[in-house]
Amino acid sequence: MAGGGTPQHRFARLRPALGETIIGAGVLVLAIVMVWQTLSIPVSPIYAQVGPTIVPIITACALGMLGVLLLVDALQGGWQSEDEKEITPDRVALLWIVAGLVLNVLLITSAGFTIASVILFVCVARGFGSKAIIRDALIGAVFALVAYIGFAKTLGINIGSGLVENAIERVIGSEGG
Amino acid sequence: MDAFSQLLNGFAVALTPINLLWCLVGTTLGTAIGVLPGLGPALTIALLLPITFKVEPTAAFILFAGIYYGAMYGGSTTSILLNTPGESATIVTALEGNKMARNGRAGAALATAAIGSFVAGTIGTLGITFLAPVVVDWALKFGPADYFSLMVLAFVTVSAVLGSSAVRGLAALFFGIWLGLIGVDLQTGQARFTFGLPELLDGINVIVVAVGLFAVGETLYVGSRYRLGKDEIIPLSGSLWMTAAEWKRSWKPWLRGTAIGFPIGAMPAGGAEIPTFLSYYIEKKLTSKPQEFGKGAIEGVAGPEAANNASAAGVLVPMLTLGLPTSATAAIMLSAFQSYGINPGPLLLQSQPQLVWGLIASLFIGNVMLLVLNLPLIAVWVKLLQIPAPILYAGILVFATIGTYGITQSPVDLILLYLVGGIGYLMRRYDFPAAPVIIGMILGPLAEQNFRQAMTISAGDWTVFFTRPLSATILALAALALFGPKLYQLAMRPKPDHVPGDA
Repeated sequence: MAGGGTPQHRFARLRPALGETIIGAGVLVLAIVMVWQTLSIPVSPIYAQVGPTIVPIITACALGMLGVLLLVDALQGGWQSEDEKEITPDRVALLWIVAGLVLNVLLITSAGFTIASVILFVCVARGFGSKAIIRDALIGAVFALVAYIGFAKTLGINIGSGLVENAIERVIGSEGG
Repeated sequence: MDAFSQLLNGFAVALTPINLLWCLVGTTLGTAIGVLPGLGPALTIALLLPITFKVEPTAAFILFAGIYYGAMYGGSTTSILLNTPGESATIVTALEGNKMARNGRAGAALATAAIGSFVAGTIGTLGITFLAPVVVDWALKFGPADYFSLMVLAFVTVSAVLGSSAVRGLAALFFGIWLGLIGVDLQTGQARFTFGLPELLDGINVIVVAVGLFAVGETLYVGSRYRLGKDEIIPLSGSLWMTAAEWKRSWKPWLRGTAIGFPIGAMPAGGAEIPTFLSYYIEKKLTSKPQEFGKGAIEGVAGPEAANNASAAGVLVPMLTLGLPTSATAAIMLSAFQSYGINPGPLLLQSQPQLVWGLIASLFIGNVMLLVLNLPLIAVWVKLLQIPAPILYAGILVFATIGTYGITQSPVDLILLYLVGGIGYLMRRYDFPAAPVIIGMILGPLAEQNFRQAMTISAGDWTVFFTRPLSATILALAALALFGPKLYQLAMRPKPDHVPGDA
């Protein structure tokens, strides 16, 4: 190993931070995808000078440059403050919340908004450390119904329907009619 | 005098029972979401955007403005009692306010914050009344090139100057601009960045992005570190009446804070952080009791709180007169205007006087309501702080989901929402600001439109942005804002070993 002092010194300064490197690379990849997508936009000669691709190209180039700058920063140790680095995110909590979100997307069209929301509510509460599943489910149900009535009735949004929603509609409908 | 008579007409609009009710709903809701950690005005207004299909514009904007002002009042309560600033603009309030609360003077801290907010909000709204027509006269001379340059200046200041890092701020900004580009180009009908998905042809809804970043991303972030620390709510103590000495120490900081906050907010730079920090340092310099700073000095609450609210009022000036939003909340309000087919800009005051002056008048009324809501009724809001975090954040996600799913009933929007939420989590964890994403997304398409108009007028000549004196001046300012701090740093570079002390 005839490295000498200088390369070793340089190596010591090069201590890539994993998270930041991935983010910098991600920004760079996004910029490349943007260029590729922009080049596939057909430009009519009428708009040749100020067509639909100029701003996308400028945006892509800017993001590309920023991606490189972020990567340089990341390879030199990243930009997170020391106390931020010491904190390891609570993976279990994140998993519970993400599970709630995924289940919600999967169930909202088939089981209806209320049921999907109750499951989301229970999972998120669990992620935040609550273990009272039945209590959370009840609160979640009240929440979902209040939100449903608030949004659907006040704002006039159609949230789609499932078993529970149809039952509410019948109750409200019979009261109103 | 003209502005004054217009304002009287505005009061006639705002004082109708139904608009008073909207104002009350807005200020109450605003205070509530300001108090609750994890909820902010940008998120709330985004979730309420569908209301624009149902009620007339004046009512909707009175509601939104009430939320906007109310969140500023509510945010200070959380900073003082909980020491977790809900918004970056209230970080400074927590510095002294939380110390005061620990010393048993929570009442006085809340009182000086609320009354200071009222003083600043009222003077700031007066500022809008008289400044807006002046800016409009000036802005009528703007051409597309000048508008484009102005937007560039706003882009630079909101992303590069205000945050902790210009590179990360700009990356967030351009990410937002890209999100705004997705969909069919209105001028040529070409689809851009739709990846063959028909759902993306209409573009990504700003509700999806705002709710994803501010609700889903924030919940993931808080959840990922929730176990690590417990927040301690300091019980309300001390009289809500300030003593004569406290009044004496508060009124000058209120006025100074207002004088700092309003002009900075009204500049196309915006942002409430700089004025609050500035106010804090000025009060620290001017105080006769410097030994109290850091231990609960009332001036350190009074000044920054006033600066915060005055700058919130100031932000509405470029928003209403130029259509230039400089905060995430203002950007979402701009998209509410777009939803009505109204273009905020110099012509807004002429084409929609009922709306603009009714809105401004409602800000005066809202400030009075907020003073009442936040002083005699403070105990109610303190109760909100006791909602357990699992329930609060689970509720936020249920509301976020229903608000987004309701737009189109398409699971694609939900998937987008959660993806943006994941990005929001990473941005939060790696210290990227979120506001530039929203501003870039809303303002980007407008900037592009002005850019292409200017280029078409000049027959494709790029120099048009530098040969028009106004445009050139604004671009020079933007370049100065972007590179100035770096050059200054290089010029004043401290010795490499120098570690800044905690002075």
